[in-house]
Amino acid sequence: MSENRFAIGGAHANRMTIGRWLLFAVLGVFVIYFLTPLYVMVITSLKTLDDIRVGGMMNLPAEITFDSWVKAWNSACVGVQCEGLNGYFWNSVKIAVPAVLISTAIGAVNGYVLTKWRFRGADLIFALMLFGCFIPFQVVLMPMARMLGVLGLAGTIPGLVLVHVVYGIGFTTLFFRNYYVTIPDELVKAATIDGAGFFRIFWSIMVPLSIPIIVVSIIWQFTQIWNDFLFGVSFSAGGGQPITVALNNIVKSSTGVKEYNLDMAAAIIAGLPTLLVYVFAGRYFIRGLTAGSVKG
Amino acid sequence: MASLEIRNLVKRFGDVEVIKKINIDIEDGEFLVLVGPSGCGKSTLLNIIAGLETSTDGEIIIGDKDVSDIHPKDRDIAMVFQSYALYPNMTVRKNITFGMKVRKTPADQIEKSLSRVAELLQITPLLDRKPGQLSGGQRQRVAMGRAIVRDPKIFLFDEPLSNLDAKLRVEMRTEIKKLHQRLGTTIVYVTHDQIEAITLATRIAVMKDGVVQQFDTPQVIYDQPANTFVASFMGSPAMNLIPAVLTDNGGKLHADVIQEDGENISLELYQPEDHLRLRVGKPLVLGLRPEAFGDQVHSVGDSQAIRKFSGLVEMTEPTGPDLLAMITLGGVEVTTRLHAAADVRIGSSGLFTVDMSKAVFFDPDTGDRA
Repeated sequence: MSENRFAIGGAHANRMTIGRWLLFAVLGVFVIYFLTPLYVMVITSLKTLDDIRVGGMMNLPAEITFDSWVKAWNSACVGVQCEGLNGYFWNSVKIAVPAVLISTAIGAVNGYVLTKWRFRGADLIFALMLFGCFIPFQVVLMPMARMLGVLGLAGTIPGLVLVHVVYGIGFTTLFFRNYYVTIPDELVKAATIDGAGFFRIFWSIMVPLSIPIIVVSIIWQFTQIWNDFLFGVSFSAGGGQPITVALNNIVKSSTGVKEYNLDMAAAIIAGLPTLLVYVFAGRYFIRGLTAGSVKG
Repeated sequence: MASLEIRNLVKRFGDVEVIKKINIDIEDGEFLVLVGPSGCGKSTLLNIIAGLETSTDGEIIIGDKDVSDIHPKDRDIAMVFQSYALYPNMTVRKNITFGMKVRKTPADQIEKSLSRVAELLQITPLLDRKPGQLSGGQRQRVAMGRAIVRDPKIFLFDEPLSNLDAKLRVEMRTEIKKLHQRLGTTIVYVTHDQIEAITLATRIAVMKDGVVQQFDTPQVIYDQPANTFVASFMGSPAMNLIPAVLTDNGGKLHADVIQEDGENISLELYQPEDHLRLRVGKPLVLGLRPEAFGDQVHSVGDSQAIRKFSGLVEMTEPTGPDLLAMITLGGVEVTTRLHAAADVRIGSSGLFTVDMSKAVFFDPDTGDRA
C-alpha cells in the first residue's frame, strides 16, 4: 500500500523531471485561480471605502480597518432593520444544529435497519430514499409550503428545521447504509446471542464504529443546511430568516453608495462556519468517504 | 449442558429448499460436527439451532425444551463465528463480559467468571487490549472465551478455524478438543474440512444439498461410508472408487477389475456379506482406501484377506511418512498409500497387495452402499 503512494507518475516520480515541474506549475496556476476571489474578498473587507475607490482591486489596503466587519455584525441594514447579521447568524445556528443532528441520527437508524434488520422491500425503500436525493429543491417548494401550513409551522425556525431534516434524510441514509454494509453481520448476530436487543446493539456496537461516517454526515448536512438559500427565503419571514437570506438582503438593499467592504465582510462571516468545519474535520471527511473501500 | 435433538427440520428460501427434513439426535456432552461442501446447508442449520434464522418446519429441542420459537438469547447457547465477530470498539475484557452485562449479572459474579475464563484460555495479559491489537490465534481464544464465560448448554462453532494459517489451525484444533474434554459441554461444530471433522467429533453428520448423507461416529463414517459421496468427501486422499463386476468362482465371490489392456484382475472378497450374492454378474463400485494397499515387502492387514495384483505406476508423491503411488486400476487412477521405503518406479509395473477386508461396495447407479 504505502509504496503505491510513490508510484503515481511513474517509477521516477520522486526525481524532479521536466514533467514534474510542469505538473507543479499547472497546479500552482489552479491554486492562484481558486484563491484569488478569496484574496480579493479578504483585502476588500479590510479597506476603507475611499481606499477601494482609489486603488486597484488587487492592491493591499493602505490602512487595515475592521470597521466593516463590526458594521456587518452589528449595524448593517438588512432591509429596513439596521441591526447587522448577528441575529440571523444565530438563526442559522438554531436551524442548522438541530437539523444536522436529527437528520444524522435518523440516517444512522435507517442505515442500521436497512442493513442489519432487513425486511421484505428494504431494497425498494432504500431505492426510493436514494431517489429523494435527486429531487430538485424547487419541485418540493409548493407541497412543502402546504405541509408547513397544515402543521402550523409556516415561517418558523422549527418549520425550517423540519424541511431540512426531511430533505437530508435521503443523503444521511445513503451514507450510513453504505457504511454499515461493510460492518460484518456476524457482529450483530454475536450481540443478539449475547442477549442485546435492537437499540442496545445500535448504541453499544454500531455507533462506536460509526465515528468516521458520523463526521461525514455532519459536514455534509451542515454545509448543505448552512448554505441553503432557497428553503430559507421561501419558508422564513422577517427576523426568523437564516444568514444566507440576510446576506442577500444586505447586498441588495444598500441605497446610494455601494459598500463593497461591508458586502465582502458580511459574505465572509456567512461563509466562515462551513469553512471552519472543513478545516477541523476535513480529513475525517475524506477518510469517512473512503472507509470500507479498503480492507483494514 | 444438554442433549440436542433436531426433528424433521425443513428450511425454504422462497421455492428453494436448502434443508430437507433433517433428523439429528445427540446426547449430552457430545461433539457433533456438521461437515459438507459449501452450499450444503450446514451453516444454515447451525444458524437455525442458534435461532438466528427461523426454520420453515420442524423442531429444535435442547435438553427437553422445544426452543424452536424461542429468541436466541433465551436458548442458553453460545456461538463462535468464523470471523470471530469480536466487538472492535471494546477491550477483550468488555468483549467477554458484554453478554453478562446485558443480562445484568451482578458485578462480582462477572469478575469471577471473567478471571476463570481468562485463566482457562491464558488470555489474562490481553484483557485490556482491543481486538485489533491481537493476533489471529489470540482473537480465536477471546472468541471462545466470550462463548465459555456464560456457561451455556450448547456451544456452536461456525468454521472457527478457517481464518487461521495451517500451523495455528492444528494447534487450535487440539485446544478445542482439550477444552471439550475439560468442560464436557455439548458442541455443534460446522466445518468443510473433513480432517477437522474426524479428529474432533464424537459423531459426524455429513451433509450434501440439504440432506444428511450419513450420521455416525468418525470411524464408521471413514470405514463404512454410506454412499460414494461420503466415501470421496471424507478422507484425504479420497477413497478409491473402482468399477468392478461381481463374479462367483466356485462358491467364492470375486470382484473382477478389468484393466484397459483386457487383463482381468480378480480379487477374492474376504468374508462377504450374504446379500452381495444377489448381485453376482452385476457391475459394482469397489471402494478401497489408499492405505488398504501395500507393496510386496510391506503388505498390510490380515494375511487371510490380502490379495495380490500387478499394476503400472503412473506417478509417485512422497509425503515423508509414506509414499503415495498412483496406479491405473479398472480404467481409473487409484491412489495407494505405501511404505516410505516401497520400491516403486514411475512408468514401470509393480506388484501390489490389497487388504480386501477393508473393501466396501457401492451400487453404480444410486451410489449407495451395496
